[in-house]
Amino acid sequence: MHPAPSVIVFSTISGLGFGLMLFMGLGLPDVSGWVAASFATLALGLAVIGLLASTFHLGNPKNAIYAFSQWKTSWLSREGIMAVLTLGVFFIYAALWAFMDNRIPALGYLAAAMAMITVFTTSMIYAQLKTVPRWNSATTPLLFLLYASAGGALLSNQMTAALVLLGLLAAIQALAWLQGDSALQRSGSTIETATGLGGLGKVRLLEKPHSGENYLLKEMVYVVGRKHAAKLRVLALLGTALVPAMLILLTEVNHTIVGVIMISHLLGLFAQRWLFFAEAEHVVGLYYDAR
Amino acid sequence: MTQLPATTDKKLGLVIDLDTCVGCHACVISCKEWNTGSYGAPLSDVDAYGANPVGTFLNRVHSFEAKQEGCPSQTIHFPKSCLHCDDAPCVTVCPTGASYKRSEDGIVLVNEDQCMGCGLCAWACPYGARELDAMAGVMKKCTLCVDRIYNENIPEEDRVPSCVRTCPAGARHFGDFADPESNVSKLVAERGGMDLMPELGTSPVNKYLPPRPKADVNGTQPPALEAQSTEITGFLGWLDRTLEKI
Repeated sequence: MHPAPSVIVFSTISGLGFGLMLFMGLGLPDVSGWVAASFATLALGLAVIGLLASTFHLGNPKNAIYAFSQWKTSWLSREGIMAVLTLGVFFIYAALWAFMDNRIPALGYLAAAMAMITVFTTSMIYAQLKTVPRWNSATTPLLFLLYASAGGALLSNQMTAALVLLGLLAAIQALAWLQGDSALQRSGSTIETATGLGGLGKVRLLEKPHSGENYLLKEMVYVVGRKHAAKLRVLALLGTALVPAMLILLTEVNHTIVGVIMISHLLGLFAQRWLFFAEAEHVVGLYYDAR
Repeated sequence: MTQLPATTDKKLGLVIDLDTCVGCHACVISCKEWNTGSYGAPLSDVDAYGANPVGTFLNRVHSFEAKQEGCPSQTIHFPKSCLHCDDAPCVTVCPTGASYKRSEDGIVLVNEDQCMGCGLCAWACPYGARELDAMAGVMKKCTLCVDRIYNENIPEEDRVPSCVRTCPAGARHFGDFADPESNVSKLVAERGGMDLMPELGTSPVNKYLPPRPKADVNGTQPPALEAQSTEITGFLGWLDRTLEKI
């Protein structure tokens, strides 16, 4: 699948924002006044920037308003609705907390739960697709939730929670890569089932339907840069989990260290999300004898 | 709405005969011609006369080769367009309600006035039947020529999809699969019409007829002709006998 920069920025940055909302919803960090307002602004800002970035890959953004209408069947519609509702609830909760000094825990728990549901709906946009066997797995929502909450723990300075979440994240990520590498093969879809010609023998593409590129190849048979996948996987694990965990365990965490941790986590996250798309094989590739 | 109808009154679709398709791409061209001038945004081309032409098509013809060990290979030309699935995943994923399946005839369409061009429906389709138009930014797909098949302003013989009307080999057939007596239902029953990627549970309406078995592809070559005479006469006979002696 084509790793569109807007979608990578959207899913990583908004994930961090909703992750921070999770911890703030639980009343963490234990701050008040302008400090609480700054944390809340960061959470809302990340989520909003991410959501705005997602509109950059639309071919016809003037119709984006209709995306709130099809919640009965569409995970993308559910995500849009949940994101807006969560931003609203969290805004009220954070405003009462920061400016009225009246933090309402029940409202916070609601905002925290809604933030996680929003991340879950984002992940289901990908996990629902049977056409992309690598994504069509329980590890996809698990990973999105873990990346969001681990990032939120780091941003809200909850280093013990962060260590646990980063450990889980690294383990599930490794499992997802291992499983994902054989997902297309296990799905049972082959060039023979795609063409129905298996009864005639081994099938191969003799001639493409068009001499140049097309939308399908650019969007769904993206194979550029896969040769660097192994290196990028190592970088993703190092950046998102190992370097932050080492810094938390081995140093006195201060503002500078938190900055280094966040930069490392973010770079790792971009590598991970780039791989999430670039390595995902769409079954339409079978019609082109490519994966 | 992006909820699929439980059943449709008619099930309009195509039968594509892989035995008779000659791979001429006439259906590709006639489809592009009709659909660029009628329903919705035109099917644009980018850099059409340059080095890297790219364009939107609703119908494309792949060519495959199938080969068994020790046998000659077979070439199969394979036209591919929207299969108008009963369980169309492209419809249910659509966030805007632009994609829908009609309950009256089962045709899957895109309402371009509501499409935001997110491309998720193209991701959900296993068959590559949907292409986002680079110029218009909306999703394009086969409409089964909905603006021909019910069109009383054109002669009756033209009220079939453009690809069917143009196919010189008669490899494409249009009809109602809900009617067991229709031409397409009979063809499917007679020739073992099949679904593409049935494992994905999309229940396509369009069916493909497999190539008929060839008499000689299974490795049994016809027996060599028997020699009618062992005695060679004339100059060649003299040469043969002389060479034997040397």
